[in-house]
Amino acid sequence: MNDPAVSGTSTGTGLTSAGRGLPDEPNVPEAGAKVPESPQPPAGNTTGTATFTQRGDKIFKAMAVGSGGFIVFLIGAIGLFLLIQALPPLLSNQVNFLTSREFQVSDPADLRFGILDLLLVTIEVSLFALVLAMPTALGIALFLTQYAPPRFARPLAYIVDLLAAVPSIVYGLWGLLVLAPAIAPLAVWLQSNLGFIFVFAEGTAKAEFGSTLFTAGIVLAVMILPIITAITREVFSQTPRTLIEGALALGATRLEVIRYAVFPFGKSGYISASMLGLGRALGETIALTIIVAAVAANFAGSLFSGGASFASKIALAANEFSNPTLTGAYIAAGLMLFVLTFAVNALARTIIARSGAQA
Amino acid sequence: MTATIDAPATGPTFMQVSGARKVKDRIATVLVYLSFAVAVIPLVWVVYTVLVRGLGATLSATWFTESLSGLLGRDPGGGAYHAILGTLLQGVVCAIISVPIGIMVGIYLVEYGGNSRLAKTTTFMVDILTGVPSIVAALFVYAVWIAIFGLPRSAFAVSLALVLLMVPVVVRTTEELLKIVPTDLREASYALGIPKWRTITKVVIPTALSGILTGVMLALARVMGETAPVLLLVAYAPFINTNIFEGNMASLPLMMYVERNNPTAAGTDRIWGAAVTLILIIALFNVLATVLSKYFAVKTK
Repeated sequence: MNDPAVSGTSTGTGLTSAGRGLPDEPNVPEAGAKVPESPQPPAGNTTGTATFTQRGDKIFKAMAVGSGGFIVFLIGAIGLFLLIQALPPLLSNQVNFLTSREFQVSDPADLRFGILDLLLVTIEVSLFALVLAMPTALGIALFLTQYAPPRFARPLAYIVDLLAAVPSIVYGLWGLLVLAPAIAPLAVWLQSNLGFIFVFAEGTAKAEFGSTLFTAGIVLAVMILPIITAITREVFSQTPRTLIEGALALGATRLEVIRYAVFPFGKSGYISASMLGLGRALGETIALTIIVAAVAANFAGSLFSGGASFASKIALAANEFSNPTLTGAYIAAGLMLFVLTFAVNALARTIIARSGAQA
Repeated sequence: MTATIDAPATGPTFMQVSGARKVKDRIATVLVYLSFAVAVIPLVWVVYTVLVRGLGATLSATWFTESLSGLLGRDPGGGAYHAILGTLLQGVVCAIISVPIGIMVGIYLVEYGGNSRLAKTTTFMVDILTGVPSIVAALFVYAVWIAIFGLPRSAFAVSLALVLLMVPVVVRTTEELLKIVPTDLREASYALGIPKWRTITKVVIPTALSGILTGVMLALARVMGETAPVLLLVAYAPFINTNIFEGNMASLPLMMYVERNNPTAAGTDRIWGAAVTLILIIALFNVLATVLSKYFAVKTK
């Protein structure tokens, strides 16, 4: 398009670069006619040798663009194929998919499955995990950016990151076999003293046995802690030096520096990080599958309940994935989980993008 | 003379911090230190639990060399060789597929995408893919690979599900690292007449390679610990299977999950032994990441 102008600069740059010595690449086709600074491969170049390089450029660009497009296609495909598989059982479903608490799929001729219980369990356990993890992550992020000596900040941050490296099945086993007995007294105390609040009321599982959403929520909180911390730390560390020093110069204590300079600056980052953590908690599978007891009774809102989230319901049924209608019912549940995590993640990313534009 | 200037006429007005503010500040400091301790406790506790319960099993002579083939649930002995092999195989196949895709997407976003609509959509979708739960990735592969194509459950299907989890991590790492490759390097290369694609493959990528490899290793360490895909997409086998397209195949998470139904002492040993082994492998990949990044780091004079 703007070839003449570009090639005009090209001669100039070409001359200066010639003085710098030879390139490492002796077998690269003639350089003279190429456009040095053009971000696009030169269009309409007249030299014969350019055809070869152009082809390489074109192929490579096509591969790069294709890969980008592939990712977009992939997300669409996930939604689409889950929908294709979920539709037939959804159409022959005997109860309302969104409002029923039943999940009976053993008889393909009489499918009765609804996701209300799964949805409630998933949301309650994830929110509980978030309530525990958010203040802790805030504290850790502040510790790493504002309190810890700069020399130790990196290794200490690495320790928190290591929490994310532990596989979720290990967390699950630890939660059930080690954590649950250890926190049983706390669980029992909460139930007997704060039982009038519905989340601590008597539920469908025994508080002292620990196979409850309460235990699972604590384990989930540990699992999402490194995610929230990592991003929050990042945002807090970007607080402009001048803001902090300005506050200090006005005589602010460390807490006041955080309250009036660091936190307002990083608030939206902190919120979106928490939402990413929430997204992770919503989809966590194995830890919940292992910890939470399967119960037949409906979920009534107590943390001391058994039950199943979307993910653990699917995982528990994995061995029975035999006929397509039965599997389709679980895929329908998976689709709902996908939609839910998509929404939460998209919202989180939008907040990040908007705050990034402001900063 | 200077002494008179240094000595203020009246006492400083704002030098003293009032009691309430001091107390609040102290409390906040304690809370912040405490929250860090709260994060360290579960880490130490989990690692301690796993080591105490599982180290004994992994120290047996046959743990790293034999499978559980032919052994009953209550029989002691045998090892996790089949599961280690399965975990590594599935991980490597996943890496072979996801690394090229991930790097190409990263290159697209940094070198070609610019501010175009596709680039923005891709960035957004990579973010979304990062948040896709592993069970949804597994269900997707199940829906396509098994329900629609009618192919059997296999280790390859697991690898495909892991690809969905690994690609976004590789993309993010590549993107971050390509962004910090100095533009001067690219321009110097263009000035020598080197076409763009060769500039990327010979100048930009080698500069960023050490960081990308680190990211790949860390991503690999993460996906190898995933349980949901193996649970849905391949059945457990107590023997060695190296065919990724056919038959049952063990992996360390699957071995742990299956042995949970084994109430004997041998079962407990296997669960925690596998947990130790899995954490060891993850730690090994983390160390490998550091070593590789040192080895491939751009040499500066």
